[in-house]
Amino acid sequence: MVEWTDFERATIQSIFSKMDYDDVGPAALSRCLVVYPWTQRYFGNFGNLYNAAAIQGNPMVAAHGKTVLRGLDRAVKNMDDIKATYAELSVLHSEKLRVDPDNFRLLADCLTIVVAARMGADFTADVQRAFQKFLAVVVSSLGRQYH
Amino acid sequence: MSLTAKDKKMVKAFWAKVAGKAEDIGCDALSRMLVVYPQTKTYFSHWKDLSPGSAPVRKHGGTIMGGISLAVASIDDISAGLLSLSELHAFQLRVDPANFKILSHNILVVLAVLFPKDFNPEAHVAMDKFLAAVGRALSEKYR
Repeated sequence: MVEWTDFERATIQSIFSKMDYDDVGPAALSRCLVVYPWTQRYFGNFGNLYNAAAIQGNPMVAAHGKTVLRGLDRAVKNMDDIKATYAELSVLHSEKLRVDPDNFRLLADCLTIVVAARMGADFTADVQRAFQKFLAVVVSSLGRQYH
Repeated sequence: MSLTAKDKKMVKAFWAKVAGKAEDIGCDALSRMLVVYPQTKTYFSHWKDLSPGSAPVRKHGGTIMGGISLAVASIDDISAGLLSLSELHAFQLRVDPANFKILSHNILVVLAVLFPKDFNPEAHVAMDKFLAAVGRALSEKYR
């Protein structure tokens, strides 16, 4: 089981309670598709992903970004059992969506960058450490059911 | 994943915007690395103070940014430009190359914190590729 310090719990709750999911979700996903273009392989039916401008303006990307962030909210609300919380989503990503779990790490990195940009100086080294620890647990849990 | 002409242009343009804060960037990136990836502290056991923003951290952050600056100036042949740094890392420092990725990530985080508008996805991908190329050049002589 993951041990969370009081600082880590408070930090994660604070970041997500102040976050605009409808802004951050689309920003993180579109950044991921630009910075790691091979991730586009999962979005063949999303239409125009030809360049950064197209990706950032694509409404299906935006909608899916929001979906992903709302999914992340489940972990925020269940920090003491993220593994169980994501068991079903892990099976979904493995069996049905067939997403290489390394992509979770890539998206997590982009989310870190977006949150850093939004928070500015408030995204201190200690906050970064807590945030990256949280995302590492999420990434691990989403990859858990792959076989 | 080599640098295209577009990448090089973007890196040079972005670096021109941020170079004025190079020391701050280096100091903050190194500070974050030591806090968020504590295993990296093993390379600095000879420093008195490893806390964020300490004197040795700031000084070394500046040194690292000097190397990055040199890489920007040598962007058409980073391996050649960083030859002596490459030998230094291979034969004396022997930093595990996995750490270049870790430091690069922290540099990108600092760029996002300090330049939220300018560090857009296109700047991000160019800088990520560039820092990866620098890491490759630095580990060139390892074996």
